[in-house]
Amino acid sequence: MSARTSLAALDGVTTADGVALDAPSAAGAAGGAPAAGRVLPAREELAAVLPWPGLRRGSTVAVRGSVALLFALLARATADGSWAAAVGLPGLGVVAAAESGVEVSRLALVPHPGDQPQSVVAALLDGVDLVVVGGSWADSDARRLSARARHRGAVLLPLGSWPGADVELRCSGARWRGAGRGDGHLREREVTVRAEGRGAAARPRSCRLLLPGRGGAPTAAEQRPALRAVAG
Amino acid sequence: MSARLFAVWCPDWPVVAAVRDAGGDPVAPAAVFAANRVLACSERARRSGVRRGMRRREAQGRCPELVVREHDPARDARLFEPVAAAVESLAPGVEVVRPGLVAVPARGPAGYFGSERAAAERLVDAVAGAGVECQVGIADGLFAAALAARRGAVVDPGRSRQFLAPLRVEELDQPEGADRSGLVDLLRRLGIRALGEFAALSRGDVETRFGADAVLAHRAASGQELRPAGRRRPAPDLAVSQELDPPVERVDAAAFAARALAESLHSRLAERGLACVRLGVEACTDDGQQRHRTWRCAEPLTPSGTADRVRWQLDGWLAGAQRPGAGVRSLVLRPEEVVSAGGLQLDLVRSATGESDDRANRSFARVQGMLGPDAVLTGVLGGGRDVWEQVRFVRWGDERRPDGDPQQPWPGRVPPPSPTVVPEVPWPAEVLDVEGRPVVVGQRHRLSGEPCRVVVEGGRSREVVAWSGPWPVAERWWRDAGRVPDPRPRVAVRMQVVLAGAGSGAASGEAESGDPGETGQSGEDGADEVALLLVHEEGEWRIRGAYR
Repeated sequence: MSARTSLAALDGVTTADGVALDAPSAAGAAGGAPAAGRVLPAREELAAVLPWPGLRRGSTVAVRGSVALLFALLARATADGSWAAAVGLPGLGVVAAAESGVEVSRLALVPHPGDQPQSVVAALLDGVDLVVVGGSWADSDARRLSARARHRGAVLLPLGSWPGADVELRCSGARWRGAGRGDGHLREREVTVRAEGRGAAARPRSCRLLLPGRGGAPTAAEQRPALRAVAG
Repeated sequence: MSARLFAVWCPDWPVVAAVRDAGGDPVAPAAVFAANRVLACSERARRSGVRRGMRRREAQGRCPELVVREHDPARDARLFEPVAAAVESLAPGVEVVRPGLVAVPARGPAGYFGSERAAAERLVDAVAGAGVECQVGIADGLFAAALAARRGAVVDPGRSRQFLAPLRVEELDQPEGADRSGLVDLLRRLGIRALGEFAALSRGDVETRFGADAVLAHRAASGQELRPAGRRRPAPDLAVSQELDPPVERVDAAAFAARALAESLHSRLAERGLACVRLGVEACTDDGQQRHRTWRCAEPLTPSGTADRVRWQLDGWLAGAQRPGAGVRSLVLRPEEVVSAGGLQLDLVRSATGESDDRANRSFARVQGMLGPDAVLTGVLGGGRDVWEQVRFVRWGDERRPDGDPQQPWPGRVPPPSPTVVPEVPWPAEVLDVEGRPVVVGQRHRLSGEPCRVVVEGGRSREVVAWSGPWPVAERWWRDAGRVPDPRPRVAVRMQVVLAGAGSGAASGEAESGDPGETGQSGEDGADEVALLLVHEEGEWRIRGAYR
């Protein structure tokens, strides 16, 4: 672990990474990828768990255990005009994606990437802002793709574990509400989203979210008042 | 002095086109309606008393056997093309005034065929060769020529004004021009009944009192040219071709040639201010095989888009199953449909994102080049009662057209949120009740018992903590499946279940191993509740959605 990352692990210490977030020109002038360091917008509800004010370009954010969380990450960026692609994920629920706010006309799907998925992902990282990958990957391929994302200023979003991930988001403690014993319907799911990672993300963060909330869009879970007895 | 013109007029063209298109009986009384009023009717219908502008019910009252057709300007124009081409084969400079009426300068053909009458006869024959009846009129000026064609008259040079003078002012209101019914009505109430009387008014007075359009009408009534004729010319040959010597067998070499060809096509299109929305790709192999495929695109093609499509096509031909025995000898790119290039311009707001759009589209095109055009898809949301019906997957770059209308209410939909995973092939499942018997759906879509456990393929089972439904849906039950194969009638019962965390189950987490999204998940997720959308169809339960 470098000195910088260990610094970042301390509370209240801001590293140069945090400063660079709003200074895209600096990264461009330094000869790196032109877009590296810039941040793609993400929903406010997720701000509590992400180490950056959005999805930092060039980063790898692994999402584990929840496709709904993945859609929540894509929602703001695609609605703001970024392009997204999902590779190797047959059966992604496009209706649910639209309900959680993803602009589906900007989401391309490559459900069956053939026998050389790494070259497909590499080609997409060259031009697409957000690339979601599914399936299992060899460690060396994974690290190479993360490096490519860093170089090209794209955000790599693997669904599942990923050795070189900057941040890993994990959903746990899911509780569904709305369904009864043959009555009602699934309405919302309360989950705990936990983030762990390296560098700026080394400090673990977590929050409770409704994922999906009512109607499909994620919302922050609020402390619900306990039931009160009402006269009459 | 206005130009001397032949006007070739096909009587009742909208009706003729409609009947030809539908393949109906050409002599049956028919009428074409726009906004419930007669736009045009056939001769038989006219004899029965049907008139322009009449309501449909009244027209049918006068002529009960009337064949009713809706007005379709595109159909009129499409079917008129052979007529225009037939006229064009005899006389250059054809101007299509509207489908049903073309004008062509008289001087050339009259000189070539000896006289105006001889040329007119040739024109009638040529159009009859295309299977259409027509009448020809000859006069100075388009307006006079068109009216002469209706009467089958030849107006002597310089006599157009005299020819028009006794005609009624109602003639000013022609279907191809602006709506002049107000002007005609006004003139009639002013006591001006004939075109000659209107033409006798001073132009200054007409302009100050009736406005700019009336000036055009006044010019027409005086037998003068309305506007400089914009001539239709034979479509310039926009196709580009390239000979490949030696013949190319490898895709990358062919793609290299395709890129240069695409550039030259686009510079040729750009010279004319056009952009291509439908592209024909033709290849000819050394052993004489010819392949052709048309690519249609939602947006006008860019040079790189064109090159990509050519490359995919060559890829498909050279690397596909029906690989030709020899290399490709020549390539032709033929724009089959062009639009004005304005469609390609980015507006100011979008131009900021234009570059990234370009980059993304190039990436998608590259993946399509690697895996074939069907590998990159995008979902289009449409209407439907189930999540897998509400999405239609189209190739990237194709038109985004939904299947059903999403605005319709679609009663019986499972309310949102929708499942985030919709497996391409549903996973089979078993639903058990308290005593371990399978839950079946009985008469009137009732469950035989409360679902208690769900067994997924592989024998792992989890306890049901909550469930909702069943929601039955019976679609197209009125159809006879034997006679109308598709879409079939469908009866299904949907149910949402929430399964308990896998403290109790044998193996956790990896229950739905058919889904790659699941891979790499650790067993700790097994503590979570899992929600599934179960569908009972054709006697068995299937998992058709998972909420993750």
